[in-house]
Amino acid sequence: MASEGLHEAADLLDEETIDHHRAMTSLCEELEAVDWYDQRVKATSDSSLAEVLAHNRDEEKEHASMTLEWLRRRDPKLDQHLRTYLFTSGSTLGIEAEAGSDPAEGPGAGDGSLGIGSLKGHQS
Amino acid sequence: MNHLHRELAPIGDAGWQAIEDEIKPRLETHLAARKLVDFDGPLGWAHSATATGRTTSIAGPSPDVTGSQRRVLPLVELRSDFILRRAEVDDAERGATDLDLAGLEEAGRHIALAENTAVFHGYPAGQITGITESTAHGALTLSPDAEHYPTAVAEAVDVLRGAGIGGPYGLALSPGIYTEIVHTAEHGGHLLLDHLRQILGGPLVWAPGVEGGIVLSLRGGDFVLQSGQDISIGYAWHDAETVALYLEESFSFRVLEPDAAVALRSKKKG
Repeated sequence: MASEGLHEAADLLDEETIDHHRAMTSLCEELEAVDWYDQRVKATSDSSLAEVLAHNRDEEKEHASMTLEWLRRRDPKLDQHLRTYLFTSGSTLGIEAEAGSDPAEGPGAGDGSLGIGSLKGHQS
Repeated sequence: MNHLHRELAPIGDAGWQAIEDEIKPRLETHLAARKLVDFDGPLGWAHSATATGRTTSIAGPSPDVTGSQRRVLPLVELRSDFILRRAEVDDAERGATDLDLAGLEEAGRHIALAENTAVFHGYPAGQITGITESTAHGALTLSPDAEHYPTAVAEAVDVLRGAGIGGPYGLALSPGIYTEIVHTAEHGGHLLLDHLRQILGGPLVWAPGVEGGIVLSLRGGDFVLQSGQDISIGYAWHDAETVALYLEESFSFRVLEPDAAVALRSKKKG
């Protein structure tokens, strides 16, 4: 089984959707691990243990980033939002206002891409 | 707003949705190269060139200093213009679903054909060398008799394996040959299509723009289409009766492993 977290019967889903589910589940797990490690770093009074836990926590951040990038390359809308909001400065809500009330709403207001991307695995 | 200027078009959300719903599945049918080669990106309209990791020596600026210059592969921009009747697009706002968007469909075929041709056979003006131009192996000849195609395809797979190129393998086919394969049953009633799939371990792809056929590895890392802007719809101008739009993309293509493909030559047309 791909995951216990599927909300629909696996035989109703295609391979691409299940792979996206795997990646999103993995991303959640990595971020949850960052949170848990972070709390343990703060809670322990042993500085050498805190050092190891902080190292492990930061590796989970790398894993989360890699998984997010996998998703971005396959999800044009996620790609659009990340390009809009990441690596910016100033008010995040201000960026939304500048981009329009919601850049994701309405086909006329989007970036114009048809979001085709890779077709490997697509039926001929 | 971006360089596509869609906001300036006299087209409502339902019209844009109808246009996108019409063209996307057609493009997914015609864009054969993306079914077989790696797709990197999209990296955005501002992405201008693919790094090759190579340099060219140039004259140093002074006798005591040497110089070299990075070599890059500039992205090409492809654009296919089309014109729609405004009344037809307006009908989408009224709920019409049987719109006549012939110009859009034609433009879709044109840009897909151009992308396929660039990847499989090259685009010299755009500095793109195609797969059949790059392959290190000699072309194999397809017999005029379709029942003998498995022999040529198996031989091509053998050439790739012999060169240490792992599978699975895919086969891009000209539309005429693809159709012939689909219609052919071998002795015993087995479909030729299924037999070829078993030999390849991967798909046969209907590929407008391909001459003959190309067997290539699908293991990844051998052929890379790097996308700047993926195929998008932009606005050019409008008058009282018509609206002029275009399909546009930017990309580069590189063959990283010339051993990973074998061309199949056919004397048949199409």
